[in-house]
Amino acid sequence: MKRLWAWAALIIGLLYFILPLVGMTNFSLKMRRGEYSFDAYAKVFADSRFHETFSYSVWMALLTIIFGVFLVVPTAYWVRLKLPFLRPYIEFITLLPLVIPAIVIVFGYIRLYNTSSWLPLTGSYVGTDILLVFGYATLSLPYMYRAVDTGLRTIDVTTLTEAAQSLGAGWVTIIGRIILPNVTVAVMSGAFVTFAIVMGEFTMAALLNKPAFGPYMQLLGANRAYEPAALAVIAFGITWACLGLMQLVSKLQKTPQRPV
Amino acid sequence: MSFLTLSHLQKSFGATKVVHDFNMAIDKGEFISFLGPSGCGKTTVLRMIAGFELPSGGSIVIDGKDQTRLKPNQRNIGMVFQAYALFPNMNVFDNVAFGLKVAGKPKSEIETRVKEMLKLIHLEHLADRYPYQMSGGQQQRVALARALAPAPQVLLLDEPLSALDAKIRVSLREEIRQIQRQLGITTVFVTHDQEEALSISDRIVVMNAGKADQIGTPGEIYNRPTTRFVANFVGTLNVIQATLVNGSTGALKIGEETLSLPQSIEGKADGSQISIAFRPEAAMLAGPSTGPAVLSGTVLSSNFLGSVLRTKVDLGGNIISFDMFNHPSATLPKAGETVTLALQQDGLMVLGD
Ligand SMILES: Nc1ncnc2c1ncn2[C@@H]1O[C@H](COP(=O)(O)OP(=O)(O)OP(=O)(O)O)[C@@H](O)[C@H]1O
Ligand SMILES: [Mg+2]
Repeated sequence: MKRLWAWAALIIGLLYFILPLVGMTNFSLKMRRGEYSFDAYAKVFADSRFHETFSYSVWMALLTIIFGVFLVVPTAYWVRLKLPFLRPYIEFITLLPLVIPAIVIVFGYIRLYNTSSWLPLTGSYVGTDILLVFGYATLSLPYMYRAVDTGLRTIDVTTLTEAAQSLGAGWVTIIGRIILPNVTVAVMSGAFVTFAIVMGEFTMAALLNKPAFGPYMQLLGANRAYEPAALAVIAFGITWACLGLMQLVSKLQKTPQRPV
Repeated sequence: MSFLTLSHLQKSFGATKVVHDFNMAIDKGEFISFLGPSGCGKTTVLRMIAGFELPSGGSIVIDGKDQTRLKPNQRNIGMVFQAYALFPNMNVFDNVAFGLKVAGKPKSEIETRVKEMLKLIHLEHLADRYPYQMSGGQQQRVALARALAPAPQVLLLDEPLSALDAKIRVSLREEIRQIQRQLGITTVFVTHDQEEALSISDRIVVMNAGKADQIGTPGEIYNRPTTRFVANFVGTLNVIQATLVNGSTGALKIGEETLSLPQSIEGKADGSQISIAFRPEAAMLAGPSTGPAVLSGTVLSSNFLGSVLRTKVDLGGNIISFDMFNHPSATLPKAGETVTLALQQDGLMVLGD
C-alpha cells in the first residue's frame, strides 16, 4: 500500500514537470499548419538579435565565472586557513542573494554608481557591463561559494599550505598551483550553475538596459506565438547541457586522494 | 660553534604557556630527536624552527643567521609531516620538483636533482604515480625526497612514522637515518616513541611540559637519567624504597637485606628514606656465587615477550620487574615461588626526586 502511494507521488510529480515541457515542445513544432516542423526554430536561429543577445550573454557568463573564481577561491581558502571562526558568517553572507531579490540589488547598484557618484559606472557602456558582471557574480555567489568550500573540504588545506611554504612557495603560487588545481571539479560545477543563471537572467540585464538573452526571450514572448516556445526549449536544453556537463566532470574526478 | 641554536625559546597561546625557556645547540649533521609525552610542546618547538609559529620570546639562529622572524618560505628548511601532505594534484616527480621549480631552477637541473632524490628513496620506478596510488610508506618516502630536494639547511620531521604500521615503521626509520648520514643534513625528529628515538638519534631531548628535561646521547638518557621524569618515561623502571644506612660508603637497606652501592650518596642524611631505581635487565636470578646485592621476593606473574622473559616480583612490598633472556630450555618462574635476585650494582640509580 505504502509502495503504491510512493509510486503515485512519483508519477504525479513527473507529470507535473514533464507535461508542460511536452506541451511546450509540441507547440513549438506546430508553426506550420497541420504538420510538425522546425519552422519556429529556424525563425529563431535566423534572427540576428538571437545571435547578438546569445553571444553577449555567453560573454557575460564567462566574465562572471572568471571574476567569481578570482573572488571566491582565495576568499574561501583564506577563511578556511586563517579565519575558520568566520565561516558561519561568510556562509550566511553568501546566502543573502537568495533572499534579497535581484531587483533590489540592481537598484542599489544603480543608485550607488549613478552618474553623479564617485564611481559613475552607469554612465558608460563598459561601466554597465562591469555592473552586470558584478550583479551576476552576486547572484551566483551562493552556488559558487558552496561548491568551492565543499571542494576545499576534501583536501587538508592547512598542511598542504605549510608543506608548500616550507618549500619556498608564496601565496600566489600556493593558490595557483596547489589550491586551485585541487578544487577544479568544484569550480567547474560552480561555473556551470553560474552559466545557467546568467543565460536566463532577466531583471538585472533589463534594468541596466543590456542586450542580453533574458530580455530578448521576454521581448519575443510578448510579441510572437510559436518562437518563444522554441526559444524556451532551446534555453531549457542549455540548462540541461550544463547539468549534464557538471555530472560528467564530477565523474571524471579522481578518487579521493587524502591519506587517512 | 653550533649550527642550529635555540636560545630561551618560549611560546604562549593566549594565556597558556606551552614552551618555557627551551635551549639547545645542535651541531651540523647531527640527528636530534625530541621525545616526550603528548602535549609537551614537541610540535610547537619544531613549528617555531620552521617558521609556522612566531616565538613569544627567544631566538632561532641557523648557521650564524638569526631567523627568528623570517617567514617559512624565506627559510631554507625541509619539513616532513605526519600526514605526508603530498600535493594530490601532482605526480611523484612534480611533487619532488616543486621546491626546485619555486626556486626557479633550470629544467635540466630540476630533472637531474629529482632523479637523484628518487634514487635515494628507491622509488625511481614510481615517478609517474599520483599520491593516491601509493602506500603510506611510499608516500612518506616521497615526502622526504620532496623536503630534501631543494637541499635545505635543516630537516624537520614531525612524527613521520606514526601513521604507518609497525614493520614499515622500523624499516623506514633505518632508511631515514641512513639517508640523513649520507647527506650529512642536520635533522630534528619528533617522536613520542622512545624506541624510535633511542635507536636512531645522535642525541635525544626528553621534553616535559614545555621544557627540555634532559639532553644526551641515547646511552646517557637510558642509563643515566637525571630526573625522575626521564627515568620513568624512557624504558621500564623499577623504583624501590630503601633506607640509607651510611651515605659515605653507599650502604643501604631494602627490607631486611643490606647492600651497598658502588658510589657514595650525598645530600641525604643517614637513616632517611631514598628511592632507588633500576632497569628490568639490571636484575637477574641469583646463582650460588653471586655477590652482595642480593634480595629475595615472591613471584607475582611471568610473561613471555619473545626474546625476553619478564617476571614481576614482590620485594618486601616493592613490586619490580626483571628480565631474563629467552633460550629454548628456559622455564618461566611460577607465581608464588620464592626467588633470589642479584642486582647489578652499577645499574642502580639514586633518584633525586
Ligand atoms: N594553535 C594552538 N592554539 C592553542 N593551543 C595550542 C596550539 N597548538 C598547540 N597548542 C597546545 O600546546 C600544547 C603543546 O602542543 P604540541 O602540539 O606542541 O604538543 P606535542 O608535544 O607535539 O604533542 P603530540 O605528541 O600530541 O603531537 C598542547 O597543550 C596544545 O593543546
Ligand atoms: Mg605533535
